Amino acid sequence: MPEIRIENLRKAYGEHAVIEGLNLEMADGEFTVLVGPSGCGKSTTLRMIAGLESCSGGAILIDGRDVTHLEPKERGLAMVFQDYALYPHMNVAKNMSFALRLARYPAAEIDKRVREVARTLDLTPYLDRKPGELSGGQRQRVAMGRALVRDAGTFLFDEPLSNLDAKLRGHMRAELALMSRRIRKNMIYVTHDQVEAMTLGDRIVVMRHGKIMQAGSPEELYRRPANRFVAGFIGSPTMNFLKADLVAEGDRVVAVGQGFRFPFAAERSAALRSFVGRAVDVGIRPSGFIASEAPDALQLPVILSEYLGAQSIIISELGGARIAIEVNAPQPLTVGGTRGFEVAADGIHLFDSKTENAL
Amino acid sequence: MNASTANRLTPYLFLAPAGVILLGALIYPIGYVIYASFLDWNPSQRIGEAAFVGLKNYKKLLGDGAFRESLWVTLKFAAVVVSAEMVLGVGLALLLDRKMRGMSILRTLFILPMMIAPIVVGLMWRYMYHPTIGIFNRTLVSLGFEPVPWLSDANWAFAAVVIADIWQWTPFIFILSLAALQSLPRSALEAARIDGATGWQTILYIKLPLMLPVLIVTMLLRLIDAFKVLEVILVMTNGGPGLATEILSLRINRTASEFRALGEAAAMSNILLMVLMSLTLAMFLYTKAMEARARAMRSQNDEEA
Ligand SMILES: Nc1ncnc2c1ncn2[C@@H]1O[C@H](COP(=O)(O)OP(=O)(O)O)[C@@H](O)[C@H]1O
Ligand SMILES: [Mg+2]
Repeated sequence: MPEIRIENLRKAYGEHAVIEGLNLEMADGEFTVLVGPSGCGKSTTLRMIAGLESCSGGAILIDGRDVTHLEPKERGLAMVFQDYALYPHMNVAKNMSFALRLARYPAAEIDKRVREVARTLDLTPYLDRKPGELSGGQRQRVAMGRALVRDAGTFLFDEPLSNLDAKLRGHMRAELALMSRRIRKNMIYVTHDQVEAMTLGDRIVVMRHGKIMQAGSPEELYRRPANRFVAGFIGSPTMNFLKADLVAEGDRVVAVGQGFRFPFAAERSAALRSFVGRAVDVGIRPSGFIASEAPDALQLPVILSEYLGAQSIIISELGGARIAIEVNAPQPLTVGGTRGFEVAADGIHLFDSKTENAL
Repeated sequence: MNASTANRLTPYLFLAPAGVILLGALIYPIGYVIYASFLDWNPSQRIGEAAFVGLKNYKKLLGDGAFRESLWVTLKFAAVVVSAEMVLGVGLALLLDRKMRGMSILRTLFILPMMIAPIVVGLMWRYMYHPTIGIFNRTLVSLGFEPVPWLSDANWAFAAVVIADIWQWTPFIFILSLAALQSLPRSALEAARIDGATGWQTILYIKLPLMLPVLIVTMLLRLIDAFKVLEVILVMTNGGPGLATEILSLRINRTASEFRALGEAAAMSNILLMVLMSLTLAMFLYTKAMEARARAMRSQNDEEA
């Protein structure tokens, strides 16, 4: 049975609707990531689940129990905040044990749990420090520890890594992935960073303007984005979009744009036949271009080359749009001139220009 | 003088004018009062003509029952009003620290008493306490109770000045507490809710401890002010009945103007100053000691680790 179910959840601040009819199910033990651009309502959704924000409509069910109007403490959740939200006047041990002390656990039990969690998070030397005397990374771990010492069924994270520097963030991301594998609790994780979403989530929920654009496994979202927004949001560097028209040529359907034509194989052509005549956006990931010497290959200008070590990103132009191409090349590439590329058939995504939905 | 000494001295050179002004404005008057307290000085004399009597003024005060009574009234008054104002002010702030329609108007209303001139406050309360036409007794009588001898009975008079002071100065604590509350980290309070704290527990374990530094300073300011309160009581009771409400500043005023003993008055205000200084010092040392203890505990743990 689904551990957390959200039904038609709505939130409005006055006239301003922030969340409009959200439906979501999270299976037991699943790591769900809410991802989307800043301001899309991720935090609001999470805070409604936590009970910190009231709901304007809809329902939240945990284990089949309607918690929509319950206080946070009655929901059995633990939460890690973006700014860590540590209690400044308590030392690390007191911070971590606050919930347990309120719940009147025996002192020995509290001590045992705090020490255990402190050990796994490398916090033992700092148990007597106040948050003000810790580095950002240490504070972040205390915030995690405070959530972990509790026997909460569900963990909520609101951009817990976004205040760390890039290197530490990568490290903590891996730690978090390991931890979630180990404890297998419900996790709901909010981030604007699609890399975090892809690496941590069993399931990713992409949001935009308070609505769910697509929910699915990282692979699903990457391989079969349901719309242009998800396609552009997931994956780095970002997918290239080219304007084109769908044209029928014999029994084949072809996407024809300025300076390119992509014919589709028989099976996909059949599926696309009903869309012939539509204006479409052709989406190709930077990694979808394959260097090619073939005579009919696309000849693309190398306007700029960003050398990353194992790869380079070529900035080029196609169909009147700037595009990025990822090439595996151990040496920096020379700028200027053109290079030949092909695009594999399964590397071409099509989106209706009007509805932005995938075709 | 070489260059490095010159460099070291430069900041003092620039600080010197400020130092001189500080010395003149702060130290000179205090020194004057301290010096005056060793004199047998009456207002018709210039200070140079007054005879030096050493500690005689202080000795006399310590043996003076009226002064001791006055000191006791002052201590009692300060302790009672400051405790009551702290409880009420902080309580109100905790109560009104929320987003609601009209809250800003309510808050503005709350701080009005503080802005009224003390003389006016005294007059106002004197009329309200009036035995026959005052609002309190008229209300009591119309409800069928006995009228209360507000300002003519020793115990009631003390209560009456305490009430007036609470009315006037609770807003001070209220504003500062509210400001402290509103600057508390929002997310820590939310974390407490998630951790399962009830409203009371949040106040007790999170809000009050975090407000403590502000509360200590607020209390100190109020305490200093309460020791020096003059006008309201002067207008309401003029220290009476008997010595029931004769707080120290009233007694100092009377000693100087009625008894014409300036040296003695100076000695009294020095004693008041010493009481306040030791209070401030105690508070200061207490916070220092707490910090030092926390530091010591930490370094000890660092060694263990
Ligand atoms: N207290 C509030 N009052 C009014 N609007 C708010 C409030 N909190 C958030 N919003 C709005 O709700 C939208 C979603 O906010 P939020 O959930 O914080 O976004 P994010 O996805 O970046 O976490 C934003 O447009 C924000 O301006
Ligand atoms: Mg947010």
